[in-house]
Amino acid sequence: MTKDSQLGTWEVFMQSKPGANYIHAGSVHASDKGMALQNARDTYTRRGEGTSIWVVPSEAITASNPDDNDMLFDPANDKVYRMPTFYVMPEGAKAI
Amino acid sequence: MELLEKNEQVQTELLRHFENKIEKGDSIEPRDKMPDGYRKHLIRQMSQHAHSEVIGMQPEGNWITRAPSLRAKQILLAKIQDEGGHGLYLYSAAETLGISRDEMISQLHSGKAKYSNIFNYPALTWADIGAIGWLVDGAAIVNQVSLQRTSYGPYSRAMVRICKEESFHQRQGYEIMAKMMSGTDAQKEMAQDAMNRWWWPSLMMFGPHDSESPHTGDAVKWKIKRHSNDELRAKFIDKTVQQAEVIGLTIPDKDLKWNDATGHYDHGAIDWNEFYKVISGSGPCNHQRMEHHKRVHAEGAWVREAAEAYRAKQEKQLLHS
Repeated sequence: MTKDSQLGTWEVFMQSKPGANYIHAGSVHASDKGMALQNARDTYTRRGEGTSIWVVPSEAITASNPDDNDMLFDPANDKVYRMPTFYVMPEGAKAI
Repeated sequence: MELLEKNEQVQTELLRHFENKIEKGDSIEPRDKMPDGYRKHLIRQMSQHAHSEVIGMQPEGNWITRAPSLRAKQILLAKIQDEGGHGLYLYSAAETLGISRDEMISQLHSGKAKYSNIFNYPALTWADIGAIGWLVDGAAIVNQVSLQRTSYGPYSRAMVRICKEESFHQRQGYEIMAKMMSGTDAQKEMAQDAMNRWWWPSLMMFGPHDSESPHTGDAVKWKIKRHSNDELRAKFIDKTVQQAEVIGLTIPDKDLKWNDATGHYDHGAIDWNEFYKVISGSGPCNHQRMEHHKRVHAEGAWVREAAEAYRAKQEKQLLHS
């Protein structure tokens, strides 16, 4: 079989309702942005799951390496002063 | 030699890290290191799953123009569109493992990748559309509900999405069967005939008995598979028998009997010779299904070429503007 173009890959992000975060839904194949948007709509929102869609060429995404997780996502246990509970409030103070 | 030993050590360390993650119940994501066997198993299973969704559109597509009412036609169209969508979710999830869409389609066409055996049977009457939705999708749901907790993140997320949509498929099928069973004698006969033809192939969808299943070991260890073939088959039988009774259909198995001790139905022997005969290419529709897919894929090549040409033209115009 000859090599057949399956068109470029695009990542699809959807917002489920106004104000919500955009969440990755999956990917689609398309030759350009217009088709990517149309295919994303046909594939991922057949039941009104979304109010807005983003499509991004897959190759434009840079992902972190899981090997770097310790370095990137250090829980910062030594920086407890970032937590509100670190602070001592004067007795009797209200609504703080 | 020293280098080899070192390499081996690294590999063992990686495997231990991976298995710890699985043990903890963490999901595995595309960029995580994973053993070759895990990746291969998933590619095989997920591409087969995707191909099944897409090939499964054919027996139902056969009835779009002959649906008995506009309502039935709209429903069938929506269901078939869903199946296409499910195929796309799964291809997209499988691509995260490093296999291209083109390669998956090639493997389907060369016969290296399989699709669910059930779609090698023909949809002969309208009652078959009912039986496919109720029994075939019903069996698929049992399997897919279990796979929602599979260890590979993209596969699991695709399953959650699919399960949400799949229950409409089963209900529309059961509705068709119920309607026919409340109709004329000829309609009842047609429904029972569809039941008789689809029951056993539906049970075969869960694959060989646990004692005979060649892929189960690693798949269970790596939590790709969360329940065994026989467990899932029992779950399907248990819930389907009651549904058949309600509408007056007879399960075509004279050995089917409730077993108080196991809490499940006992069923008669499955004809595995037929299963292996069909899977190896001698089913009633194997040839037709594959020829159709190849032909439509080839006939669509110009659309993909035209789309690429359009993109190239747009980019050129953008450059000169």
